[in-house]
Amino acid sequence: MQNVEPSSFPLHPSSLPSRPSLFKATFAIVQKDLAAEFRSFELVSAMLVFSLLVIIIFNFALELDVKVRQSVTAGVLWTTFAFAGTLGLNRSMATEKDRGCMDGLLLAPVDRSAIYFGKAISNLAFMLIVEAVVLPVYSVLYNVNLFRFDLLGVILLGSIGYVAVGTLLSAMSVQTRTREVLLPILLFPVAIPVLLAAVKASGGLLAGAEFAEVLIPLNILIVYDVVFIAVAFMVFDFVVEE
Amino acid sequence: MQPKPIALKILDVVSIIVLAVSTYLALFFAPTELVMGQVQRVFYFHIGTAWVGLLGFIIAALSGIVYLITKDMRWDRFEVAAVEVSTVFFFLTIVLGSIWARPAWNTWWTWDPRLTTAAVTELIYIAYFMLRQGIDDPEKRARFGAVYTLLGGVSAPITFMVIRLFRTIHPVIVGAANANQEKMSMTSDMKVAFFFALFAFTVIFIDLIWHRIRLGGLEEKVEQLKLKVSL
Repeated sequence: MQNVEPSSFPLHPSSLPSRPSLFKATFAIVQKDLAAEFRSFELVSAMLVFSLLVIIIFNFALELDVKVRQSVTAGVLWTTFAFAGTLGLNRSMATEKDRGCMDGLLLAPVDRSAIYFGKAISNLAFMLIVEAVVLPVYSVLYNVNLFRFDLLGVILLGSIGYVAVGTLLSAMSVQTRTREVLLPILLFPVAIPVLLAAVKASGGLLAGAEFAEVLIPLNILIVYDVVFIAVAFMVFDFVVEE
Repeated sequence: MQPKPIALKILDVVSIIVLAVSTYLALFFAPTELVMGQVQRVFYFHIGTAWVGLLGFIIAALSGIVYLITKDMRWDRFEVAAVEVSTVFFFLTIVLGSIWARPAWNTWWTWDPRLTTAAVTELIYIAYFMLRQGIDDPEKRARFGAVYTLLGGVSAPITFMVIRLFRTIHPVIVGAANANQEKMSMTSDMKVAFFFALFAFTVIFIDLIWHRIRLGGLEEKVEQLKLKVSL
């Protein structure tokens, strides 16, 4: 921010340094989050190790042999993403809160929705990084080809919806007494539509269904993404105001 | 403390009377259903509780929005009252439905759209209470509560739509989506019991909400007194 000479007060609004645009402010927050993450790899590494552990547990819990695998792959993947996602969402908001960074962000002369979009985009980036590692590992371990453009599209849409609600709710849950415990309890019931639609769409694609057959769950995913990004954008102000 | 308003006292008495009448209509007045037999009588209360349960959640989401705009604590008390009463009624709906489903579908539970949506909605509102419990500041508690009821109100219909993709076996009472769906047909005596149950539970619902709002006011007073003492 520029320093303003005290003598120049009172200022006409037009003479104030202009507020950075929403896009610029959002980008700055994403940049800060990614820079912090790439220095420590605290969050992504925790999410990754956790995801791999979940897959291993599923392997024994469900006896993932060839027959079972075909029908449950989509479910196993999305459960893993959802669990790892809450881990990341919690951590990413908790670091802001613990070190008082949130107050700093709130003091910045930017639109509050820039904070929401910034956090949401960086959370999405973390989730996509984890997915980018989990998918090939799963493909190798279980000999299924998960690298198909349509499936990747479904995963992207599902992750967007999940992170859109998750970012808003994690901003709420870090401000409560029970914190980490509360986020999954708040998030899962509200995120059920996106998880269900995502499982249905990816399960259909993996079972070799035509693109037209999974159009309905795909449309629901898009509707969910649009609706919840809009709702979160509208109410985020109420969640962070002091 | 303000004495109980006379209108509320009257409403209490009316609630008890309509509940008694509705019970009589459901258990004795309405004819026994041909196929399902006596167990079908559960249906009158099942619909009654489901109706007020849904009504309460819609009211809660709307009063949440009004609270966020006006920041008037009375709307928060209204919202809590609606969610709390509806959570209980919705739970009753699920239990009554299970009692009916056991002989009719030969199972206590199936993952049908309505049942699943009901269960998820119930969980959303239990999460709502856990969220409120974790916050000490009443103003923040009201704000977060309002935001969460709003999210729940938006998410529940989408859940319903998604699960609709699977096939349903739940009978449709009003407005069947297509002709193939199982539709319950009612005789005129059944309709009397049915609509009276709807009316009765609406009266009871209003009565309970009114009580809960008054209780909310008292809670707030206690909180303020505690603050005063600790200062």
